[in-house]
Amino acid sequence: MTVVSPLVSVQDLSVSFPSRGRHPAFMAVNGVSFDIAPGETLGLVGQSGSGKTTTGRAVLQLQKISSGSVKLRGRELTTMPQGELRRMRRHMQFVLQNPYSSLHPRMTIAQTLMEPLIVHEAVPKTRYRERVAELLELVSMDPSVMDRYPHAFSGGQRQRIVIARALAVNPDFVVCDEPVSALDVRTQAQIVSLLHSLQEKLKLSYLFIAHDLAIVREVCHKVAVMYRGEIVEKGEVSQVYDNPSHPYTQILFDSAPVLDPALQRRRLQMTPPDPSVLVAGRPDEKCALGEIHTETGTVPWHEISPGHGVSCRYRPA
Amino acid sequence: MTADGPILSVRDLTARIVTRKQTVEAVKGITFDIKRGEAVGFIGESGCGKSVTARAIMRLAPEGMRVDLGGSVNFCGQDLLAVSETDMRNIRGRRIAMVFQDPMTSLNPVITVGAQIEDMLRRHTGLSGPAARERAIELLDQVGIPFPARRIDDYPHQFSGGMRQRALIAIAISCDPDLLIADEPTTALDVTVQAQILRLLLRLREERGMSLMLITHDFGVVAGMVERVNVMYGGRIVETAGIDEIFRAPSHEYTRALLDAVPRLHREGAEP
Repeated sequence: MTVVSPLVSVQDLSVSFPSRGRHPAFMAVNGVSFDIAPGETLGLVGQSGSGKTTTGRAVLQLQKISSGSVKLRGRELTTMPQGELRRMRRHMQFVLQNPYSSLHPRMTIAQTLMEPLIVHEAVPKTRYRERVAELLELVSMDPSVMDRYPHAFSGGQRQRIVIARALAVNPDFVVCDEPVSALDVRTQAQIVSLLHSLQEKLKLSYLFIAHDLAIVREVCHKVAVMYRGEIVEKGEVSQVYDNPSHPYTQILFDSAPVLDPALQRRRLQMTPPDPSVLVAGRPDEKCALGEIHTETGTVPWHEISPGHGVSCRYRPA
Repeated sequence: MTADGPILSVRDLTARIVTRKQTVEAVKGITFDIKRGEAVGFIGESGCGKSVTARAIMRLAPEGMRVDLGGSVNFCGQDLLAVSETDMRNIRGRRIAMVFQDPMTSLNPVITVGAQIEDMLRRHTGLSGPAARERAIELLDQVGIPFPARRIDDYPHQFSGGMRQRALIAIAISCDPDLLIADEPTTALDVTVQAQILRLLLRLREERGMSLMLITHDFGVVAGMVERVNVMYGGRIVETAGIDEIFRAPSHEYTRALLDAVPRLHREGAEP
């Protein structure tokens, strides 16, 4: 068996926002670790405010981190000098949720797509328009539209343009932050299949941030569930979806509406699952899985089957 | 009027949105009924005319636009398209109330939540002073806001997204409306909060015998909530069917395409 080294490796990443006025300092991301192999998609799910977006930004070094390590292609990003980091950026790109606000309204599609080419000197000047045409074809758009402005396009088309911009400099790794949640369901399906085919063609790795569990199941190989800045469960999509093991993951699954009217009616009749019953727990007391982590010197993490782990924190009191 | 007759009867409704540049026919002649106590879903993609239909019933136009309406909207024996604006103001909010998608923009940020509920009560029910305040606290309690007597003097920004949506629902039900129109009421919310809000709407409907018009793009949201669904496409209703039927055997091609595009939470046959 050959061991493939991960493309992205995040170890014990924490991000803390300093205290402001009466508000104390806030740990937005707390000890998050994960690997993403080449050509693999990791889904990051959780409710708003759970630290998903901050994690994505911290991985891309767009957010100052408090501690931890982020490696891309084996190189540490967190201590890298600015100039070198800027050159590394062509390997990692970002696709944001709202295709209406992430494109400049006064720039043509060609200008938008040329910008990363200029910044990273990715192709010679004479090839700019040729490369823009290639990029539009890559996302299944007609290159003849390149001199139009964003307002001429629908939400789905704009998201294709945003994806094309991310791919302009041939990255290996793309963070997609809720890339389809602003779109209609049929458009969602098209963008999802586009992301799939691009991954296959270009061997891309994705960090796919979403709150929609069903979309994550379709897009991702692995999934990490976040709650209050921590990963509480992680595994292959099939492991987590067939056997959700952390109480918070179970609450998420129980809350998601199902496409079966009779079953959904029964679910709505029941008391709605409420995450506020979950408490963090203390490391010097016996955890939910029977271990005192300060005594054993271990992290509050338990492997329940190969590749499938859960945190013993945030359990019902 | 008989008890099971329609409370709302819409016939051949058209809505033309007129802007300076162009005129768009957003609703092209739709006909439907909502019975007393019934919940009906309207489902479709953005631009299909579902929100314009809701606003047409309330005779509200999107900001900066004029909407020309045609056809008839019969509500409890009155044609809402023919009544005066003064009469309409008495129906709007009191007999027909509406909850919108975005709870932050539909609440006034510089007025406390309590004052916004009291304002509705004063305008439509004649309650005022301590009686209105007491009723406002009661309403916040009914929609599940913890410690309502303490939270009533909070401003909207002090509420979470889910609490703001609850506050909006409290305002909407404050005058005991006969019909509640909810336009994407849970789209901006997390799934756990969504489940709580849907359950709240279901409970309020049962307790008050209120009719519900639920507008959404999400089949999962209508699934447990309504008896009947109208599927809209291009300003028209393309299919109308019972909720169980539409999931079991959608007859219109468009409905099938929409349903097929919805991602599933579990593998075929592994539904919990």
